[in-house]
Amino acid sequence: MGNLVSWARSPWGDSVLTHISWDLFWAALIGGLLFLLAHGGYMLFSQHHRRESSEVDRLEAERQGLPTNIVRHGFVARMFHWVMAFSMLTLLITAFLPIVGVKFAWVQWHWMAGILLTASIMFHIVHATFVLDFWSIWVGPKDIPEFKAEMLREVGIDAPGPKPGKYPLGNRLYHLAVLVAGLSVIGTGIVMMWRVRTGIVERNPYLLTDSTWGITYVVHGLMGVGFVGLVIAHIYFALRPEKLWVTKSMIFGTITRRQYLEHHDPDRWVADKSGSKNVA
Amino acid sequence: MPPIRDVMPAFELFQPASVGDALGILDRHGADAWVMAGGMDTFDWLKDRIRKPKVVVDLGMVDELRGIKDAAGGLEIGAMTTLTTVANNPLVKERFPILAQAALIVASPQIRNQATAGGNVSQDARCWYYRAGWPCYRAGGNICYADTPTSVNREHAIFNADRCVAVNPSDTAPALIALDAEFVIKRGSAERVVAAREFFIGPGIDITKLTVLQPGDLLTAIRIPAAWAGKAHYFEKVRDRMVWDFALVNIATTLNMSGTTISDARMVVNGVAAVPYRLDAVEAAIKGRPRDKATADLAADLAVQGAVPLRHNAYKIPLVKALVKRAIRGEAEWATS
Repeated sequence: MGNLVSWARSPWGDSVLTHISWDLFWAALIGGLLFLLAHGGYMLFSQHHRRESSEVDRLEAERQGLPTNIVRHGFVARMFHWVMAFSMLTLLITAFLPIVGVKFAWVQWHWMAGILLTASIMFHIVHATFVLDFWSIWVGPKDIPEFKAEMLREVGIDAPGPKPGKYPLGNRLYHLAVLVAGLSVIGTGIVMMWRVRTGIVERNPYLLTDSTWGITYVVHGLMGVGFVGLVIAHIYFALRPEKLWVTKSMIFGTITRRQYLEHHDPDRWVADKSGSKNVA
Repeated sequence: MPPIRDVMPAFELFQPASVGDALGILDRHGADAWVMAGGMDTFDWLKDRIRKPKVVVDLGMVDELRGIKDAAGGLEIGAMTTLTTVANNPLVKERFPILAQAALIVASPQIRNQATAGGNVSQDARCWYYRAGWPCYRAGGNICYADTPTSVNREHAIFNADRCVAVNPSDTAPALIALDAEFVIKRGSAERVVAAREFFIGPGIDITKLTVLQPGDLLTAIRIPAAWAGKAHYFEKVRDRMVWDFALVNIATTLNMSGTTISDARMVVNGVAAVPYRLDAVEAAIKGRPRDKATADLAADLAVQGAVPLRHNAYKIPLVKALVKRAIRGEAEWATS
């Protein structure tokens, strides 16, 4: 951990953590970009396997009752996503632009964006718990067969095994990573509000001990740079040609019946016909 | 208090004889180099062993950085010109008495003989928590020891504190801002000119620095335009003792009078924020008004809007108000009208 975090001698003579090395920001940035290049290269030359067109035709014939456009993300879920995206990008920009040399008064914008993120996440937890299919986004041992099948399909083998439900395994793993990193930055960020003047809480730098503050700053920093890689990956996948239908669904809300049958297991994700449109 | 040691840490000493040589050394050593002008700030850091630069660049041999010369009715002051020279220079006294007065009451005569114009505006914060080597925000840590429920913060900021509450300690800085001065900064073969107001930066921009100077930069001169020469000037410094002390609050004011009304103004207070604090609202409000008690009262109230005192420095609010009133009325013994 020598150079990955910085230490200082407190007035009481204790060695305490202060924050992470900002080299880790560059590591996350470069790591994210390298992943992007590696995956892009892999996708160019891989035998990535998709559901056969004839199979999708057969499924479409079997499921004539499905609407032509199926709601993948309702309006409220989309609003949450874009508010969260806005706040997250603002947080990253305000946190890391000063580190790369663009100096501006960033703290106020940073904590305000943090409050927006916190509010949106709290709303999302309630919404996902009581309105959405809560368990559809989680991963667990039950997903191992799907993981095996997905890996085999990635290398061009038409493996038997479950297709994704509403969310592909990659989505769910990403959500899990964002959940861990997000709750960490939010939890530490809320506590750090006591170190700056916000007008919301009364400033009290002695709220925690020096060593606990150090851990708080280090966790906040580590998860913050983690988000650099996560956001790069997210934007990259959102812009990949074969994923654009997902991105469009996050804008317009729906996917076509054919996309639904091509990419999902209709038995694991039963389309909500009530909110879907049949324009055919 | 830090353990004061008389023996400084080892460093490589360079004593260039020209600006070109100095810039070459700074370019070569980058962030490892420490620029030393008069040494009045430097030696504290080095003797306390809080700062341990690998390289010290002593500008004492660079004669081209010394002197005061006429510049189209204004002045150009070399960065290594001593404060004593600034305070006694006939051209400064005649055209810009506000600057002569500010330089005259810096610290003590011995210090003014050694301290320089460039060093006075570039000096670091004097917050004792920071100078003691504690790991505060300004030192790269994650706390301000001066802004806690138990801090001793009588001398600290009342305006625009952003995590760090240290103040800019310079006496000449507010005078130079009030004169619309410009600072000439060289770096390698490049030169940039920065308005005095823009030279100073607050903790929101960079919490570890008080100025825009970066490693490799060299402040070479201060240019003062003729615009405020011969106008009404006012400088006053309030400190705990009348010699060898930093300002609790100081104020520099320049007024352009049209008959009995103020047609233009600059008003800057220091010792209240991390940067010399220009009173923009006051400047706008007093334009077109006479220099009387009503204007002074109006200006005083406006001056302290937004002030947020710490535990022990609320006295700075009435102090700023009093100084603003006195500046409007021109009450200092030496003030020019």
